Amino acid sequence: MAAKAGPPSSKDGAGRPADSASRLPDRLAINTATTERLLTGFIANEVRKVGFQRVVVGLSGGIDSALSAFLAARALGPENVTAIMMPYRTSSPESLADAQSVVDHLAVGSKLIEITPMADAFIAQSNADTNKRKGNVMARTRMVVLYDQSEALNALVLGTSNKTELLLGYGTLHGDMASAINPLGDLYKTQVWALSEALGVPDSIVNKPPTADLWVGQTDEGELGFSYRAVDEVLFQLVDERYSEDELVERGYDATFVRKVARLIMISQFKRALPVIAKISARTITREFRYPRDWGR
Amino acid sequence: MKIALAQIAPKLGDLPSNLALHLEWIRQAKQSGCDLVVFPELSLTGYFLEELAYHVCLRLDSPELGQLCEAARGTSAVVSFVEETSDFHYFISAAFIEDGAIKHVHRKVYLPTYGMFTDQRYFAEGDRIRAFDAGFGRVGLLICEDFWHNSAVSILAADGANYLINVSSSPGRGVVTGGRTLGSSDAVEMLNRMYAQFFTSFVFFCNRVGYEDGINFWGGSEVIGPDGECLAKAPYFDEQLLCVEIDPSALRRVRINLPLLRDEKLELTLREYQRILEQRFGR
Repeated sequence: MAAKAGPPSSKDGAGRPADSASRLPDRLAINTATTERLLTGFIANEVRKVGFQRVVVGLSGGIDSALSAFLAARALGPENVTAIMMPYRTSSPESLADAQSVVDHLAVGSKLIEITPMADAFIAQSNADTNKRKGNVMARTRMVVLYDQSEALNALVLGTSNKTELLLGYGTLHGDMASAINPLGDLYKTQVWALSEALGVPDSIVNKPPTADLWVGQTDEGELGFSYRAVDEVLFQLVDERYSEDELVERGYDATFVRKVARLIMISQFKRALPVIAKISARTITREFRYPRDWGR
Repeated sequence: MKIALAQIAPKLGDLPSNLALHLEWIRQAKQSGCDLVVFPELSLTGYFLEELAYHVCLRLDSPELGQLCEAARGTSAVVSFVEETSDFHYFISAAFIEDGAIKHVHRKVYLPTYGMFTDQRYFAEGDRIRAFDAGFGRVGLLICEDFWHNSAVSILAADGANYLINVSSSPGRGVVTGGRTLGSSDAVEMLNRMYAQFFTSFVFFCNRVGYEDGINFWGGSEVIGPDGECLAKAPYFDEQLLCVEIDPSALRRVRINLPLLRDEKLELTLREYQRILEQRFGR
């Protein structure tokens, strides 16, 4: 169950009214067997019907990419999954060890491709002098490596962004957000924990604090300023259940926290959309020219 | 009487491939001795077509439908497609095929245009709901969202339908806990049982499977008897040609025990609807 999975956090329950604690986790809980069936079916279907058999997935040692790899191995068979491990010199050795444990457990193919020389060359030449710029360079270097491997291995890039980070905009555009298909994009982080537990993702990965591991000591919850458990409660009610901000405040959630989350959703909308096209013609792509991606598939 | 529910996964916008699939499954249903084979909503084209609708539409006199009529000789079939009319309106239609010809066409009346659905952006609304006589009995044919409107099913029951057919492309959503499968399957299964029970009729529900742009269709096609009992059920998410023997005499026994349709007050209903139209809607 989601309620007991996941890392401890000093901020757990921040802004949550006491009386909701017992009911909300039930609404956020998922049937893990059905979810697994839907997601393995999704991967097999969306990969094969466009003429591919294989996927590549960037494996960081964190829970999201571990879960994507588990689902892909079950959907396509381990022989059709290649995990790409792309450490930077500041990446924690535990991350690499955890990624290797996923590779060993699943018996999928793997490649270790250090991004340090590529990223450092870029950082030096472009004078990327802040953590944010360096972090973006690392995320986008990994994207370049993954898409190159995608071509080399005739495999689609499998995404690892979950619904929580997509809604908060907590990801790098054209970096870790880039993929061909994403099985996790409609699962909140707490649901990722629950499904990972059910699928047997190693405990060391499920239980450690989530981190983008872009610089030493970084953790998601430290950077965001709230816990995933707390923010998932608010996101789920704002987005899935369509409660208004005012209604959540009336229900006892901390007003500052609720407004902050709602604002993060709003200001990150561009990350969830294609680049906006200036309308000139009578039939503009995405306006009047509307076709499903699975056209003819 | 033996019926088949063809729980297929059509290819989105690939008419020739879906036509071949229909011909093959019709052949199999005939081989199994089925009197009727039912395909899901937009079985010949796939569901979330958007502008592909204008590429894959068919006229009622199209060679593709002609081929299906020929192939289905010896059984009856329900197939669904985008219908183009001579004045260039586009409908989500389902055709009932019998004796080598189209016997009845139902055009989807209720076009969901909310949430994930965009039917009304592309399609015209059907304007009639009518039962018709097939070789095996009187049939009422509806498409997916139509079945969510009890008035549509009520009309068919009043029109004498003994067999209610619901062809669907129902997307799976709402992964819920507690041993159930999906929010959307729970709801539709409840409707199917409720209508079978309320209208003491058979319900044939054919839903598709497969994925379109990441959206899954949950299948779970089923036959419900006139007492509300589920007689046969296809799996969730996987293709299956579900063949099931049903006993039409159940209609007689159930309706003697539960003469709800006999006791319906059509004139009273009509009077009250008329009053409501005048008082609440000024017509």
